[in-house]
Amino acid sequence: MIIADRKPLEEILEMIADVDNIMLVGCKGCVTVCNVGGLKEVQILSSSLKIARKKADRPLQIEEVLLERQCDPEYIEQIRDTYDRYDAVLSMACGVGPQFLSEAYPGQRFFPTVNTKFMGGAVTHGIWEERCAGCGTCVIHHYDGLCPIARCSKSLLHGPCGGSADGKCEVSQEIVCIWDKIVLKKMEQGRLEDLRTFKPAKDWRSARDGGPRTSIREELVQ
Amino acid sequence: MSENGYKSGSNLEKVLEAGHFAFTGECGPPKGANVEHLKEKMEHLRGQVDAINVTDNQTAVVRMSSAAASAIMVQAGLEPNFQMVCRDRNRLAMQADILGAYSMGIRNMLCLSGDHQHFGNHPQSKNVYDIDSMQLIAMVKKMRDEGKFLNDEDIDESPKMFIGAAANPFADPVEFRIYRLASKIDAGADFIQTQCIYNMPRFREFMKKAVDMGLTENAYILAGVTPMKSARMAKYMAKFVPGMDVPEALIKRLEGAGKGKQAEEGIRFAIEQIDEFKEMAGVAGVHLMAIEWEHKVPEIAERAGVLPRPQV
Ligand code: SF4
Ligand code: SF4
Repeated sequence: MIIADRKPLEEILEMIADVDNIMLVGCKGCVTVCNVGGLKEVQILSSSLKIARKKADRPLQIEEVLLERQCDPEYIEQIRDTYDRYDAVLSMACGVGPQFLSEAYPGQRFFPTVNTKFMGGAVTHGIWEERCAGCGTCVIHHYDGLCPIARCSKSLLHGPCGGSADGKCEVSQEIVCIWDKIVLKKMEQGRLEDLRTFKPAKDWRSARDGGPRTSIREELVQ
Repeated sequence: MSENGYKSGSNLEKVLEAGHFAFTGECGPPKGANVEHLKEKMEHLRGQVDAINVTDNQTAVVRMSSAAASAIMVQAGLEPNFQMVCRDRNRLAMQADILGAYSMGIRNMLCLSGDHQHFGNHPQSKNVYDIDSMQLIAMVKKMRDEGKFLNDEDIDESPKMFIGAAANPFADPVEFRIYRLASKIDAGADFIQTQCIYNMPRFREFMKKAVDMGLTENAYILAGVTPMKSARMAKYMAKFVPGMDVPEALIKRLEGAGKGKQAEEGIRFAIEQIDEFKEMAGVAGVHLMAIEWEHKVPEIAERAGVLPRPQV
């Protein structure tokens, strides 16, 4: 799923410094699962904003809303009757949410409240890690299901680089060297030779480098 | 092969082909456009080494480009070993710079991944890694031997580079390092310069494997030597440089030399190493990285008995 972190309260307060009446829209998708933009987080942010504004002597009105998903026009429609009653709308969804909203309602201003970071999952309670960079041409079958594009700091297709030490990446002790894991897994399986095959330079057109991407499923298009 | 039978015809290639024990040096371009400073540093190496590595934004710190600094060396009658990392350029810029470097008379090139920009003075920058060092080696070989760009288009006059690559026998996972070296040689590396060696027993083992696997028949391996200036430097490298193996015994030895004598002890150790490399099966030369110690190179070369350098 998509993992995001809440923006600092100060940054959000700054964005809405000139408004007095907002709609705060959560999302039941990924951001609910990663505890950043679901019902609970909408309530927490809402009260934090109200308290801060009250202290600053400029009270803020907030309408709390939770949509099924903000990456689907069907659910975006649910605020059509109400969106323009507010000075601005704050989305707690990933970066997709405010954009779907903004495109649906040209007359309104939409602000993000989270920093969208990566595609990954929770490795343990409260800790999420990146797993996929959405390169558009998955090659992890060459690496026993581990992705060097998203998880090697240099996206090396032939690793590990000379900075790999004790299973950690040269960039930080906090980063696992995925190449160390790939090699160990191949060694365990007695298939180290797999890693001796040369991989040609990647075609990055399928990644973001080729420009914004679209996915068309002909059978579903009416 | 070009008409004269050499791949590039560089001095380094000729020295190695003739069977001499090669001796290369290193020179980091200035943090600015100070050509005089560069010239002063590189002059220390004249006549002492067969080629001079010119680093490419080493440790991800911005400096004069390695292509420009290499060209200045060519103009001064010195032979550069032009380094290129994959961190800062995509395949368009890389191929353009390779053509440019060749047209300026540069004939050796070292293909590297490069330190992550996190280490340097622009950690905010985008990290490119369009291709990796393995693919860079193969690309330079393709440009040279097939006369084609990476996209298979013909090159009008191809760049004939003597292709180098790096190897770190001490990085993890250790068991894999020899295979990675083998892959680099398969990809097209003509010569290899290793990471600085301090742990001699481990390096002996590594070289034995290289010889047993026949790798030394297909590429020249130059052993990396960086003299320690002090016990402090040794401790720092042991602790903070990822993939560096500095044995405790060496640190003790430097400390034991006493105040003011540690640098001399570091040089002594380096010379002992070079003496052993001269005899070690499969080692074709030494790459001396006397970082910000270029003026010491003549003394080290002299005492290591690698002078005069062969004229080929
Ligand atoms: S190879 Fe590409 S698509 Fe597959 S996991 Fe890695 S980044 Fe994602
Ligand atoms: S240490 Fe490992 S993860 Fe980090 S850049 Fe090198 S190969 Fe990639």
